[in-house]
Amino acid sequence: MGILEVKNVGKRFGGLQALGNVNLSVAENSVHAIIGPNGAGKSTLLNCFVGKLIPDTGSVMFDGQSVLGRKPFEINQMGISRVFQTPEIFGDLSVMENMMIPCFAKRDGAFEMNALSSVSSQRDIHEKAEQMLVDMNMADKRHMNAASLSRGDKRRLEIGMCLSQDPRLLLLDEPTAGMARADTNNTIDLLKQIKEERDITIAIIEHDMHVVFSLAERITVLAQGTPLVEDTPDNIKGHPKVREAYLGETAAA
Amino acid sequence: MFGLNQKDKSTLIVVAALTLLAPFILNPFPEGSALAQFNAGYPDLMQRFVIFGIFAIGFNILFGLTGYLSFGHAAFLGVGSYSAVWMFKLVGMNVLPAITLSVIVAGLFALLIGFVSLRRSGIYFSILTLAFAQMSFNLAYSVLTPITNGETGLQLTLNDPRVLGQSATADGSIPVTNLLPGLEMRSTYVLDAGPWLFQFNLGYYLCALLLLVAFYVSIRIFRSPFGMMLRAVKSNQQRMNYTGLNTRPYTLAAFVISGMYAGLAGGLMASMDPLAGAERMQWTASGEVVLMTILGGAGTLIGPVLGAGFIKYFENIFSKINDNVLHGWFAILPDGIEDFLVFVVHPFIGKGWHLTLGILFMLVVIYLPGGLVEGGQRIGKYFKRGSDDAQSNDASTKPAE
Ligand SMILES: Nc1ncnc2c1ncn2[C@@H]1O[C@H](COP(=O)(O)OP(=O)(O)OP(=O)(O)O)[C@@H](O)[C@H]1O
Ligand SMILES: [Mg+2]
Repeated sequence: MGILEVKNVGKRFGGLQALGNVNLSVAENSVHAIIGPNGAGKSTLLNCFVGKLIPDTGSVMFDGQSVLGRKPFEINQMGISRVFQTPEIFGDLSVMENMMIPCFAKRDGAFEMNALSSVSSQRDIHEKAEQMLVDMNMADKRHMNAASLSRGDKRRLEIGMCLSQDPRLLLLDEPTAGMARADTNNTIDLLKQIKEERDITIAIIEHDMHVVFSLAERITVLAQGTPLVEDTPDNIKGHPKVREAYLGETAAA
Repeated sequence: MFGLNQKDKSTLIVVAALTLLAPFILNPFPEGSALAQFNAGYPDLMQRFVIFGIFAIGFNILFGLTGYLSFGHAAFLGVGSYSAVWMFKLVGMNVLPAITLSVIVAGLFALLIGFVSLRRSGIYFSILTLAFAQMSFNLAYSVLTPITNGETGLQLTLNDPRVLGQSATADGSIPVTNLLPGLEMRSTYVLDAGPWLFQFNLGYYLCALLLLVAFYVSIRIFRSPFGMMLRAVKSNQQRMNYTGLNTRPYTLAAFVISGMYAGLAGGLMASMDPLAGAERMQWTASGEVVLMTILGGAGTLIGPVLGAGFIKYFENIFSKINDNVLHGWFAILPDGIEDFLVFVVHPFIGKGWHLTLGILFMLVVIYLPGGLVEGGQRIGKYFKRGSDDAQSNDASTKPAE
């Protein structure tokens, strides 16, 4: 029984069957990659886990509880954090403030009327956010406006914001897209290190096979809204169907 | 002191000095001099400055922090005024219970309107608040006449019960608002300093004190975790939701707080002059506070105070000027030119003041999107750069802290 159990999930956008009949089980404390060509429905599937979309059919269980019908903030409070395909951060706020907000959400819950104490007096939050910035190698940028960060740094900040909440399940949607090779390698190292240091389950969508094969313990290949195969990286590499549907294209490219 | 950092403390001290010394600052010109028309140190005018200052400070907590632009905040001001006048009619002429009731009633009313309006954001939110305010205005004007006295407006009469006071004074007139028995709102001490005349009005100082409290609370809110969450709502609601924060109660709390500020302003207006009319709730009044906040600098602490002072001051000056005054100014010029200049300036003065305000507003929004505060900062930076350049050339290439 995995920490995330997806059963018979289907989602239709008008005439397009974006997800067919998806079954997926993500084992606790594993790194599970979801790969597939553009438009395969990977982001759509992820959106069904976090309350952004409600599937037409099927069920999504996190740690034995259904996430369907819950609001995004409730699902986050259950222990799922998500990094978006295009970075979603607080552009008008400083990097430090960006890091502090998820810490507040973790400590105080979904709403806390903390109107008369000052932010600067919140020692624990400052320490936590500062530590996270150091871990993310961003401490020197703490006063910068988040909007002025490079794309790679924005992504890293967003990953850090998610990690600061000690999520049990971290969902990453193409975390290295648009990153330079060096940044990509840094991200791989970072995620490996995170994996070593904490009990965390990671589900990652990624086009970059280097990233996938460096991190994943299991891989699900999605094509046209249905899982083609699910197996270990070694078996996926040699799988004829996968080569044909997906890897063949990248190998040729 | 007061749990503020150094910078905020200085801001608070500046605002305190400006408001407490306003009778001097606003009356710099000797009585009877040609420039005396630019004086503004009169009790009713100063009261208006600080009351609208409170209104704008509260509006800024909603608009400046969360970015939700309400076009209906005058409704809360109106409700506050009606509540206060009813206290004067039923209970007594002390302003403190009246103001308290204003704040509470406006807060409850804001809870109701906010709960519905905040289901939408952006332009839809603005339209919903506008619709609610216009509904309130129309109700006050017609259906609710027993409570609001419709077109005439709610006034005190000799027949009001005033259970904790007297219906009429010994000489048969309507009693006046007070802070304590004997301490009347209208009581004014006039300091005669040669040709200068300085007026210290009790009502003004009550308003000024409450403005300082309101301003202090707003600083605390801006610097609190709550304030940070509100800025985060403005910046990226999606990220908020996926970070485990429920944005709705945050925005609703901000809405109610700003409604209570408006109620306080309305209560004070009625305390200075005990009457309340429906026109206080009209959309133009809601628009005015939007202008004040944006003109001064939305999202900044001191911006709304500056914006309110700026608009109310120039409204007073410009609407006092008439063609005779203009002829006086241009008298030294040849007759033809004089008449021509008066003809050109005429549409912008007196009743045409709103034209001037509109132009000023457009100029500010286009050239100083951060409002007067940004203007001040640019001037400050300009002077700083001037002195930096003298010392080293690469100083200006360093990023600003
Ligand atoms: N909200 C939506 N409304 C309509 N169609 C949508 C919506 N979201 C996604 N789709 C469609 O569903 C299909 C799957 O999209 P999805 O974003 O899940 O693909 P993906 O596997 O994440 O692709 P990529 O690798 O390009 O990110 C696409 O054809 C897309 O156009
Ligand atoms: Mg995608």
